[in-house]
Amino acid sequence: MTSELDIFVGNTTLIDEDVYRLWLDGYSVTDAVALRVRSGILEQTGATAAVLQSDTMDHYRTFHMLERLLHAPPKLLHQLIFQIPPSRQALLIERYYAFDEAFVREVLGKKLSKGTKKDLDDISTKTGITLKSCRRQFDNFKRVFKVVEEMRGSLVDNIQQHFLLSDRLARDYAAIVFFANNRFETGKKKLQYLSFGDFAFCAELMIQNWTLGAVDSQMDDMDMDLDKEFLQDLKELKVLVADKDLLDLHKSLVCTALRGKLGVFSEMEANFKNLSRGLVNVAAKLTHNKDVRDLFVDLVEKFVEPCRSDHWPLSDVRFFLNQYSASVHSLDGFRLECGGTIWAHCNLHLPGSSNSPASAFQVAGTTSVHHHAQQFFLYFQ
Amino acid sequence: MPGKLKVKIVAGRHLPVMDRASDLTDAFVEVKFGNTTFKTDVYLKSLNPQWNSEWFKFEVDDEDLQDEPLQITVLDHDTYSANDAIGKVYIDIDPLLYSEAATVISGWFPIYDTIHGIRGEINVVVKVDLFNDLNRFRQSSCGVKFFCTTSIPKCYRAVIIHGFVEELVVNEDPEYQWIDRIRTPRASNEARQRLISLMSGELQRKIGLKVLEMRGNAVVGYLQCFDLEGESGLVVRAIGTACTLDKLSSPAAFLPACNSPSKEMKEIPFNEDPNPNTHSSGPSTPLKNQTYSFSPSKSYSRQSSSSDTDLSLTPKTGMGSGSAGKEGGPFKALLRQQTQSALEQREFPFFTLTAFPPGFLVHVGGVVSARSVKLLDRIHNPDEPETRDAWWAEIRQEIKSHAKALGCHAVVGYSESTSICEEVCILSASGTAAVLNPRFLQDGTVEGCLEQRLEENLSTRCGFCHIPYDELNMPFPAHLTYCYNCRKQKVPDVLFTTIDLPTDATVIGKGCLIQARLCRLKKKAQAEANATAISNLLPFMEYEVHTQLMNKLKLKGMNALFGLRIQITVGENMLMGLASATGVYLAALPTPGGIQIAGKTPNDGSYEQHISHMQKKINDTIAKNKELYEINPPEISEEIIGSPIPEPRQRSRLLRSQSESSDEVTELDLSHGKKDAFVLEIDDTDAMEDVHSLLTDVPPPSGFYSCNTEIMPGINNWTSEIQMFTSVRVIRLSSLNLTNQALNKNFNDLCENLLKSLYFKLRSMIPCCLCHVNFTVSLPEDELIQVTVTAVAITFDKNQALQTTKTPVEKSLQRASTDNEELLQFPLELCSDSLHSHPFPPVKEHLESASSNSGIPAAQRAVTVEKASPVGDGNFRNRSAPPCANSTVGVVKMTPLSFIPGAKITKYLGIINMFFIRETTSLREEGGVSGFLHAFIAEVFAMVRAHVAALGGNAVVSYIMKQCVFMENPNKNQAQCLINVSGDAVVFVRESDLEVVSSQQPTTNCQSSCTEGEVTT
Repeated sequence: MTSELDIFVGNTTLIDEDVYRLWLDGYSVTDAVALRVRSGILEQTGATAAVLQSDTMDHYRTFHMLERLLHAPPKLLHQLIFQIPPSRQALLIERYYAFDEAFVREVLGKKLSKGTKKDLDDISTKTGITLKSCRRQFDNFKRVFKVVEEMRGSLVDNIQQHFLLSDRLARDYAAIVFFANNRFETGKKKLQYLSFGDFAFCAELMIQNWTLGAVDSQMDDMDMDLDKEFLQDLKELKVLVADKDLLDLHKSLVCTALRGKLGVFSEMEANFKNLSRGLVNVAAKLTHNKDVRDLFVDLVEKFVEPCRSDHWPLSDVRFFLNQYSASVHSLDGFRLECGGTIWAHCNLHLPGSSNSPASAFQVAGTTSVHHHAQQFFLYFQ
Repeated sequence: MPGKLKVKIVAGRHLPVMDRASDLTDAFVEVKFGNTTFKTDVYLKSLNPQWNSEWFKFEVDDEDLQDEPLQITVLDHDTYSANDAIGKVYIDIDPLLYSEAATVISGWFPIYDTIHGIRGEINVVVKVDLFNDLNRFRQSSCGVKFFCTTSIPKCYRAVIIHGFVEELVVNEDPEYQWIDRIRTPRASNEARQRLISLMSGELQRKIGLKVLEMRGNAVVGYLQCFDLEGESGLVVRAIGTACTLDKLSSPAAFLPACNSPSKEMKEIPFNEDPNPNTHSSGPSTPLKNQTYSFSPSKSYSRQSSSSDTDLSLTPKTGMGSGSAGKEGGPFKALLRQQTQSALEQREFPFFTLTAFPPGFLVHVGGVVSARSVKLLDRIHNPDEPETRDAWWAEIRQEIKSHAKALGCHAVVGYSESTSICEEVCILSASGTAAVLNPRFLQDGTVEGCLEQRLEENLSTRCGFCHIPYDELNMPFPAHLTYCYNCRKQKVPDVLFTTIDLPTDATVIGKGCLIQARLCRLKKKAQAEANATAISNLLPFMEYEVHTQLMNKLKLKGMNALFGLRIQITVGENMLMGLASATGVYLAALPTPGGIQIAGKTPNDGSYEQHISHMQKKINDTIAKNKELYEINPPEISEEIIGSPIPEPRQRSRLLRSQSESSDEVTELDLSHGKKDAFVLEIDDTDAMEDVHSLLTDVPPPSGFYSCNTEIMPGINNWTSEIQMFTSVRVIRLSSLNLTNQALNKNFNDLCENLLKSLYFKLRSMIPCCLCHVNFTVSLPEDELIQVTVTAVAITFDKNQALQTTKTPVEKSLQRASTDNEELLQFPLELCSDSLHSHPFPPVKEHLESASSNSGIPAAQRAVTVEKASPVGDGNFRNRSAPPCANSTVGVVKMTPLSFIPGAKITKYLGIINMFFIRETTSLREEGGVSGFLHAFIAEVFAMVRAHVAALGGNAVVSYIMKQCVFMENPNKNQAQCLINVSGDAVVFVRESDLEVVSSQQPTTNCQSSCTEGEVTT
């Protein structure tokens, strides 16, 4: 006796959250059944393995049918085939678009192309996430990217509108899309200590301040591309390190302001020129695509690593960068001379009393004179 | 030219990509009704076209309106080649033809293609303007309402229950026409779908005509089925119960659209009783429910010669004289006489209802069934319905005679079914023989006052169990005792019925689903030999099914079966029998004896030990079941009951017969004629197997109950969560040396596993009850068994579990509170509203007079009436609309029950009767057979919901999947499935909403008689 056909169709589509998770994680029916058996469900309900097998198959089939709709979540809301309560719909979408931190860290900043997709095997082996799940996550990134790529308006809003994601998840996707679009290098060994959250935070600030959308909301472009004009303007920052007087003046301003406030004042004073040069050079190079991609690598190399070797505490880095950018405004010549300024500063700092290594990543930027100078402080653990 | 149909095509969405180059579609729509076709403009390059067409107007006969479906075809425009069809929508416009149902059909319909399934949706608005027809047409029957519900619909009141209506139409099956060889599968499927749609329309119209002839205005318990006879044709047949219904809350919207002058002409004042209250003067004894009176029998003999149509012209029962005597015998005779007269005018006194107005059912005799084996290739004139009509008439005649043998003149809970395999066809009919209260069967006899009705409620609680036949002249040996409730009348020891448990019956403990499953191998044979083989097997199968049911019932410690449905399915090389019923312990019936096992070879010691071990196991099981189902009847000492009547015992109320083409009728005595305890003899391994299988039936996990009736006996506190589902399983038997035992075991396992799976799937709903569990077995191929289950899981509140031993009045109020309430309020409605053009003025008068007696505070009225108020609707809309702001999909509930727990049905929008075919030539790509069927059933649900939502409804009640024919050919990567579903589209309002609204708006009720109740926003 073999079961040829075995289905269950409810007027309200039954969604088992546990099975959905197993399905999303890319387990085969057999594996899923084994995992469910291990969870002790048979003892709780008094069911047999055959029942579990049939139930799992059924759920998998339903999910498989739903997957097509999940590719365009608004369709899930309007479709008539599956009657699903709205809260369940939201859960289905949210879970489907959720991703593994380990996986996203691997593909962040990579081109979402077929080539990358071929490498998913390696990522799967490396992260221990099933290939199926990797593919789903990758395809999700790609799909969101394709949809919002050419769209105007706020990136996060667009994603929310077209994929009905929660605010948090939409922000994460905005970061992923932004990174993929600008192809920021994140895979280098030096950057491994940074989490996806760290990058997402940077992405959010960069979207807010460095992109065309940030410059002028009337401009008919979106948040994805960096503002070329702004990057061009950054070149003019060179004067800060090229002009010896200006450099000295800047240094003295910063030092005066920070004297006594910094635990690593002497190191800062000694290194000021190097740090400043590093930062400004990173900023000035951003007109080249290649250098844009290496932004994070450069920042770590030129700024974070020197700070780290001097054991700067987190708070000191913050003080320094604040003061560093604030002082620029008081440089007379600079203000007149430049149309705009930017400070991109990174800083890493090592532990205080506790053992947990805390990193601070600070980006301070001033946009063109037309805009208010803005500063951002970001902290991630 | 009595009707103008107007159709507007608004928009489409989610259309499939038809042009690969642009990834878009150039869609347009053809709207076809009858022979007229309109087209919209082509909406270029869009998957979400906005046609916003003008109103397409069709001027048509109302005959066509009833028969034809509106056909909407969505196509992709192609400049150079033929336009490609995207899919179709068939809309049955019948609900628009009666004034009180839907007024407009408007909404998103899934665009369906028989090869690709649902491909996008289309927004359509349909309206009908009916002109008043002055010439008496008799070809159309607009205005007759149809209900699938097998009880009086919730917001109606039965004035008269006329009786059985049936019709049958035959056509050539397009699949078997010569043209099918040259046309595409799609064209063939569509031809079939369209034909069945047309035939259903025709059938409904013809039945409507019969109802009008009987001067009814509705068909309740309408059951339509189709038989795919293959070469010999396609049969669509329907049965139902004609009624005259009164709408309870909105009197203005009551009249059927085609209220004819001729009908009014017939309304000659009845010879009415001058003193309607005389009945109270008679000594109405508490043990008799028959407190109404009757007139001398000779007035009936005169009447019985008159035809149906002038029923109303003859004087009816003269009320007010005499009353029920204490003597059962003579009284029964008189009662029978009266009922008989009311029923004898009907060819078949059958009722498809399974639940009845209080007081309708007087006695229940037992199950009657008849089967007949026919050869389809012997039909002389396959395209004409005569032969089939004759077959069915023959079977019905048998049923009627069986009922008579049981001392009953009516059959309730009546149903018919067929099973076809190649050229052999088994026709089956079954029902419950019963004695009915004639009051509901005749015009002008509704003067039974409300008080009386309540009083009857009290007295009928055991009345229906009392035997209708004469105990001295019993049709079969039976074991009778005095009723354990009233101790005055005789009752049988076990009662089998096909109806729902009467609301006023006293039940101890809870009920449970009881199934008997059986397989019998048969040799493959041709034609006559095959039919004979089947005919020979049938009686044995019935006997065994019956024995199994009886054993299982005893094992559960129960004494009555309700909702019994025995299905015999014929296959190439086997016969399958599946009987499902809900077992209960009726307080009026005696406690069932245990089961005893007797061995044949008593000399063997170890064998003895084995037997005693089994016996112990059985006794343990009975004790366990009694505990599980809370069966603890009060102890009654023998003296009170009196000594049992020394008569041969009888276990069965089942009379059956089967006949082959030659009209030979065999009657089978299913009684076992044994002692008090049921004795099972174990004489061979077969019997051993049987006992084992008895014990292997696993009870549902804790928190679960199941039954196949409308409600679970013993559970009253339903909460509002419901989940309707369909589950299908097909197993392939290993063809190697199949034996009956192996087959039985396979089949048993299949059913048990299916149930287990259901319990597991629905575990999140605990505590819950699977209600209306409906199993259907079919044998699509040699080694395949297909089981289809449709049921609804309803949650209930365990904490508030009510005492099961509470008084029946309370209980009946609990369940049927809506009905009673409405019954009580109806008269007041009539008083206040000047009822214009009521078709049955005498009825109204009676009610008015009755209402003066009832004295119910007027304030109560608001409760029932305000449901029609716009505020109520508003509330409801808020509730049912999902919180997602941009979602346009409203929730539509589906249930096989006639009610929705925790809610009140405010409006019936019309019958939903849909037939779909789905075919695939890429079975593997669609996920194999499971994937294919899963998707198809989901699509069918979606289309039903869309139609209901478009009618303005938010639920389907009495939903039934009547057919699910699945054929596969995995080698060719093909599969085909046909599904036929039906139900009643309704608008319901949550009771919690009602309360809020009624407190706010007690006055704005009466004027708003008609509401849309749209779910979609």
